[in-house]
Amino acid sequence: MTTLQTVFAKAKADERAALVGYLPAGFPTKDGAIAAATAMVEAGCDVIEIGLPYSDPLMDGPTIQDAVHRALTNGTRIADVLRTVEGVAKTGAATLVMTYWNPIDRYGAERFARDLAGAGGVGTITPDLTPEESGPWRQASADAGIDTVFLVAPSSTEERIKAVADCCTGFVYAASLMGVTGARDSVSSAAQGLVERTRAHTDLPVCVGLGVGNGRQAAEVAGYADGVIVGSAFIRRLLDAPDEASGLAAVRELGAELAAGVRA
Amino acid sequence: MRQVTATEGTILTAADLAGNGVHGDDPDVHGKFGIFGGRYVPEALIPALDQVAAEYERARNDVAFLREFDHLLRTYAGRPTTLTEVPRFSEQAGGARIILKREDLTHTGAHKINNVLGQALLTKRLGKRRVIAETGAGQHGVATATAAALMGLECVIYMGAVDCERQALNVARMKLLGATVVPVHNGSKTLKDAINEAFRDWVTNVDTTHYLFGTIAGPHPFPEIVRDFARIIGVEARRQMLELTGKLPDAVCAAVGGGSNAIGIFHAFLEDEGVALHGYEAGGRGLETGEHALTLTEGSIGVLHGSRTYVLQDEEGQTIESHSISAGLDYPGVGPEHAWLKDTGRAAYHGITDAEAMEAFALLARTEGIIPAIESSHALAGALKLGRELGPEATILVNLSGRGDKDMGTAMKYFNL
Repeated sequence: MTTLQTVFAKAKADERAALVGYLPAGFPTKDGAIAAATAMVEAGCDVIEIGLPYSDPLMDGPTIQDAVHRALTNGTRIADVLRTVEGVAKTGAATLVMTYWNPIDRYGAERFARDLAGAGGVGTITPDLTPEESGPWRQASADAGIDTVFLVAPSSTEERIKAVADCCTGFVYAASLMGVTGARDSVSSAAQGLVERTRAHTDLPVCVGLGVGNGRQAAEVAGYADGVIVGSAFIRRLLDAPDEASGLAAVRELGAELAAGVRA
Repeated sequence: MRQVTATEGTILTAADLAGNGVHGDDPDVHGKFGIFGGRYVPEALIPALDQVAAEYERARNDVAFLREFDHLLRTYAGRPTTLTEVPRFSEQAGGARIILKREDLTHTGAHKINNVLGQALLTKRLGKRRVIAETGAGQHGVATATAAALMGLECVIYMGAVDCERQALNVARMKLLGATVVPVHNGSKTLKDAINEAFRDWVTNVDTTHYLFGTIAGPHPFPEIVRDFARIIGVEARRQMLELTGKLPDAVCAAVGGGSNAIGIFHAFLEDEGVALHGYEAGGRGLETGEHALTLTEGSIGVLHGSRTYVLQDEEGQTIESHSISAGLDYPGVGPEHAWLKDTGRAAYHGITDAEAMEAFALLARTEGIIPAIESSHALAGALKLGRELGPEATILVNLSGRGDKDMGTAMKYFNL
């Protein structure tokens, strides 16, 4: 099992940023998600976030909403998410689950942490779990030996950045802009400042997500962050492909472009 | 210590907004009512929620704010609203004495105007020029569009596509008032999806925009703010009941979707132990069909729209789509304070089916000449049942939270009119 610590140490030694790819479990199909995530790893992703499809994704833009809706329509359940994690972790990529809080809350925090660790997962990203409410989850994760990643945003005060960073292990997720997920034409100018402000409060790696979708943007972000997170752009390639084979080819192509970007 | 002097000649005082140290039942510092409430939102929204909470704290202790809110309630919303005793309707309730609190007589036709005027004033204090809101039945959307027109604010309303269709009249009203109505085609295309979309707008435009939340759900401080602005319903009703009947009612009945009209009338009675509080949720086509909105009575504890509360969800935490003939009650979550009142036993919650609600809807129209909103008809149906249980000695106060003009399309179909 590759840990986040190993990934970021290796990227640092190579003098580059890590590449983090996101894909929901069950999209485009249950097995198709494993195949697509594997293609992302083969193309150069160091870390994979497997999304846990949720009925009310209120911080996601249209692309991820669409993918998640298809995953839920496919009947994707938590067992499928764990099976996806297991399949992807086997590739050697550090594999996380990204999820809204309620599915873990309902499944049981200790049970979820244990089952995720058992599947080879190395941690979670929980965008709607605030530091104030995160105590039981951090305890359960520590007990299971998995990392907890939370988000800071351009609007975060110094006090909030410190509170969030203090709850993180593995890395800190810096949301590059005020908005929902989805590729943008340019990376928000707020991102670099946020990364710098976050570094003042933590020694953990800081990764930037939201709005990054091509090699040029990946290179730009890699200039100041420890990791570059890309989600909607991968999903867009799969949504636009006429069949599974061309979808995987498009994912590989984007992965290679981004991998070159983080090394530029 | 907060000290506010009541202004002479107003119907509203600082104490009428809960929490000025006189009620002792504000949520805690994290916005919790017992284990319920709190904040489960993207970190990006935390500063905005903190800003709203801080500004509200200043506003409710500011005599000038209270005076302006009070003035609007009296001269624009039409407060105080009257009580109406309904003896012919009561004959069907075992002879119990049923008295209605007439929120249907407010400007825009439902209690929603109370909260909206308070929050629109708050928006101006926040220095924001744009408001967004979700709406189910359209009443909160109409009220928000109204307040935005009054105060010169830009207004965008998110409304589920299904609701746009069944409440077409309210869509037209909002447009006439100058609001942009955005139909939401995601998920179940109803209120919960409209809330998701409004949150997405807010996180994108939070610098310029206030999310004028319409019910006592959502992240802290919304459950507290909306309650406080709706609280005038019960404050007036309690005083009016004492004047009219010389005593407090035996029971207070209200419909519960998100729960704002119910908390609005319940809250002033919380410390009156002899007054039973009954909330009525939408039973839809019946519990056994699975097509209902029985969040408190059949749901389980979870997190939805930023708050820990009772939720209609499956065993893996996926929200289950609700159903009700009334768009305003068609919501799979509920305000955290109701969850707390349920678990402490202070209030009791029950289901009323579509059929029972429509029967009460028609009965009030024929016996008293009042056409209620279908939402409010759930409380009326509950009062009919409760009256038969309690008998002719009982006095029951019902929150008639809105009028039924907007429901004529549904009624025409249901009754073949």
